[in-house]
Amino acid sequence: MKRTFCFAKRNLKEMVRDPISVGFGIVLPITLLVLLTIINSNIPKEAQENMFAIRLLAPGIGVFGLSFIALFAALLLAKDRGSSFMLRLYTSPMTGGNFILGYTLPLLPMGVVQLVFCFAAAIALGLPFSANLLVCILVCLPIMVVDIAIGLICGTCLNEKAVGGLCGALLTNVTAWLSGCWFSLDLLGDGFRKFAYMLPFANAVDAAHAAVDGSYADIPGKLWVVCVWAVGLMALAVVLFTHKKKLK
Amino acid sequence: MNAIETKQLTKCFGALTAVDALDLTVREGELFSLLGVNGAGKTTTIKMLSGLLKPTEGTALVLGHDLLTELNAIKPYVGVSPQETAVAPNLTVRENLELIAGIYGSDRSRVQRMLDELGLQKAEKIKAKRLSGGWQRRLSIAMALVSDPKLLFLDEPTLGLDVLARRELWKVIEGLKGKVTVILTTHYMEEAEQLSDRVGVMNGGSLKLTGTPKELMETAGTESFEEAFVRLAGGETA
Ligand SMILES: Nc1ncnc2c1ncn2[C@@H]1O[C@H](COP(=O)(O)OP(=O)(O)OP(=O)(O)O)[C@@H](O)[C@H]1O
Ligand SMILES: [Mg+2]
Repeated sequence: MKRTFCFAKRNLKEMVRDPISVGFGIVLPITLLVLLTIINSNIPKEAQENMFAIRLLAPGIGVFGLSFIALFAALLLAKDRGSSFMLRLYTSPMTGGNFILGYTLPLLPMGVVQLVFCFAAAIALGLPFSANLLVCILVCLPIMVVDIAIGLICGTCLNEKAVGGLCGALLTNVTAWLSGCWFSLDLLGDGFRKFAYMLPFANAVDAAHAAVDGSYADIPGKLWVVCVWAVGLMALAVVLFTHKKKLK
Repeated sequence: MNAIETKQLTKCFGALTAVDALDLTVREGELFSLLGVNGAGKTTTIKMLSGLLKPTEGTALVLGHDLLTELNAIKPYVGVSPQETAVAPNLTVRENLELIAGIYGSDRSRVQRMLDELGLQKAEKIKAKRLSGGWQRRLSIAMALVSDPKLLFLDEPTLGLDVLARRELWKVIEGLKGKVTVILTTHYMEEAEQLSDRVGVMNGGSLKLTGTPKELMETAGTESFEEAFVRLAGGETA
């Protein structure tokens, strides 16, 4: 555990001292939020309520924005893997679990900070403040773990260049499409809808919506799917990392 | 007891045999230098013994444990300063040392001690990536020492160090004699001659001969150690 914390501390410093990437994760969701709100104020009144209403938009974009954490995680790990510093750590008693947890821990507060900024912007744009927003941040923790795990899996398997493309472009698009945060999944037909709800993203957005609306009873039914994915993907990340680090 | 006993330790990269059935014994507390021309297989040997590369064949006893099956029992007691400088670029000098001390669970006082012994105090708040090459090297060596290892691998530790820093490091290494087993590689023959209890000369992946620097000079029939090395290590090069 001590090892994990020492390594987590290092990773936190590594991220915070690279302010460009941190800033990106905060600025992008806010920009989207502002843009869509402007669009919303220019469409017919009756459409406003269900299209880009800030009440729906904020949690959706919050969850979407979290997929950037996957990119950070992947970049950090892929960069480390190519370094001789990592070779030094491989000769140390650190286990695959120490490594993966050490990368995960500092990314969680970063995700929380991102959500706080996203909601603060939403409040400025008219979202009423309530304790539900804090609940929503808690509800978003499992999807953060999912994103981090995906990032770490990519960072374990791919090199630094490939990671930027895959996590950066592909994953963020996939979350966008499969989460229903841009448009209702019903528009794409029943089959697609069912598929999307087997994955964590749409469930996470629904759970976040429920939290913001204060419909707490609806949260567990959605959140458990996300939790199962979170646990499964983390376990996979540890297994893959341990395998990669094994002697060649 | 022997700190290292390799048994037919072999590493092949495809068709190339980088280390060829190595039988090497290093006693506890000894300073042993692995010498050899570029590509002789020194780094590959160190990488296998520190658990970074899997031997193609053979094995070794390291600190009394089998390298293939008991690596986890070996790792906490081994320090490595790789041939390439290995530091975390965005951490300061002190933070780098604290990280390694934390991972090995070593005493906090070791950090200050390393800063003092390797003359790193005045750089302690500087990020590693801003240090000059030689200073990064010093840090990299300090990181190998901070965990207070029983067995220390130093792969070309003085590469890129200025004359003063090199002398300082020699003092540190000499201070370890008898307490820590040190495996050193170097291309500076005066360094090997001054520091080593015994040296081993590798060529083309195999160990040509071992002995004290004096014994090697006698074998080669030369007055200087460097001349002896040239005679003994020469011949077919990789
Ligand atoms: N990962 C690798 N893949 C393929 N060949 C390798 C690899 N690592 C080393 N080799 C080869 O193995 C041989 C021994 O290399 P090694 O790095 O052990 O030499 P060395 O004695 O440390 O040399 P130097 O003094 O230049 O550091 C060389 O021919 C090298 O090209
Ligand atoms: Mg070498």
